[in-house]
Amino acid sequence: MQKKYSWYSLLKAGLSGQDWDQAIPLVEPKSKYDVIIIGGGGHGLATAYYLAKECGITNIAVVEKGYIGGGNTARNTTIIRSNYLRDEASSLYEHSMQLWEGISEDLNFNVMFSQRGVYNLGHTLQDMRDIERRVNANMLNGVDAQVVTAKEIKEQIPIINTSQNARYPIMGSSYQPRGGVARHDGVAWGFARAAAMLGVDIIQDCEVIGIEVEEGRVKGVNTTRGDIMADRIGCVSAGHSSVIAKMAGLRLPVESHPLQAFVSEAMKPVLHTVVMSNAVHGYISQSDKGDLVIGAGIDGYSSYAQRGASRIIEHSAAAILEMFPIFSRVRMNRQWGGIVDVCPDACPIISPTKIQGLYFNCGWGTGGFKATPGSGHVFAHTIAQDKQHPLAKPFHLDRFTTGALIDEHGAAGVAH
Amino acid sequence: MFLIHCPYCNEEREQEEFSPAGEAFIARPEAPEDISDEAWADYVFYRTNHKGDHWEQWVHSNGCRKYFMVERSTITHEILKVAAFGADISE
Repeated sequence: MQKKYSWYSLLKAGLSGQDWDQAIPLVEPKSKYDVIIIGGGGHGLATAYYLAKECGITNIAVVEKGYIGGGNTARNTTIIRSNYLRDEASSLYEHSMQLWEGISEDLNFNVMFSQRGVYNLGHTLQDMRDIERRVNANMLNGVDAQVVTAKEIKEQIPIINTSQNARYPIMGSSYQPRGGVARHDGVAWGFARAAAMLGVDIIQDCEVIGIEVEEGRVKGVNTTRGDIMADRIGCVSAGHSSVIAKMAGLRLPVESHPLQAFVSEAMKPVLHTVVMSNAVHGYISQSDKGDLVIGAGIDGYSSYAQRGASRIIEHSAAAILEMFPIFSRVRMNRQWGGIVDVCPDACPIISPTKIQGLYFNCGWGTGGFKATPGSGHVFAHTIAQDKQHPLAKPFHLDRFTTGALIDEHGAAGVAH
Repeated sequence: MFLIHCPYCNEEREQEEFSPAGEAFIARPEAPEDISDEAWADYVFYRTNHKGDHWEQWVHSNGCRKYFMVERSTITHEILKVAAFGADISE
């Protein structure tokens, strides 16, 4: 395995016919580990990485039923921002944002994190009131945020339609300059490689089919590649969280839904920032490759099929075209769906369970990608100390019993 | 996208006419004031979220506006059974 990527290693490989070592070693599972992470997506790999890097636990297995970078981590629309309304959510996502800002150097892997700014548009007077309130809340929490007018948006994004004749005219927006995008599959590869360098076993093609619990304590997992024992297990399986929970005899307050996205053919640079609209429901950015990346909404019914209804993408395409009439002749290249686990309050669960040694990090719903490093970081500390990281405390499963929900749903300018 | 047979209209119509209305067979506790917070949380928030054949509720929102039950595979979206409330669904 290549020790470190550098100028020198690039030059050397370039001169020797691109002779690169495998980035993530293929390993056989051992029979016992200190910690098992179920799910090799961004959040699971980040958890393993921070456990190894900061918590002194390196005897870790990450078990993944598919391959690294083959799930939701590489299916999202790659948007990163931290302009949430509530203190609890804002602190967690801002923690993540600060980790993003140093992530490529930290992982020694270029995740192409690009702080190109994020606009959250408002189309009604109430949208604008909510935006002003959220921007003020962000500033009080130390998160960069501005209210910008339709005229200023037009100056920054000349191709946007700010006409008052639109069905839902753009009245203004919030703007987070530090927001942006990152290359999502690179994030998975980067965390996987960095974790593997610290001694973590990344076990691909290994599906968990059972969880062993004895006298209220977790003992290990049964997988398609044999039984693996561990006293502590972190479940980070996104859309399949309820399926994993059921193996341990638990229920979760989440429902799985398909979330769709689509990309156009690649074209020359036309959109330099990220534009999101909650009201008409569409969000768009242009990848470094040149394709327009467009996110749609979820289907209302529960589903584990990685596809959704065509009317959902039709709705988002209509919203995008109203904002950007110039895209009306753009040809779409691919469309897909991923399964997201949605909580009643649209906030995640980062929590121990009533089974000793079994932890869940789930319920990120439609907006988990932006939280990848922060989520892994606080979850690693939660597992290592068997005590919730202070930033994770409000996200305990107990909140559904006590009623202390985090009212972020619809309040954060979220189309995720 | 799929077609749903409305048991009241007795017609097969496009899914777009219907709205999903969550998991079926969630009964409101008889005496909410007498049960624990955990039991209430389970009723309000916790769901089976089953992967496989799953009973759920739909409403014919752009039709007769009545609620009914559907057994649908959450893996393939195939609809296996449709029933009005109170109907015998054993077979």
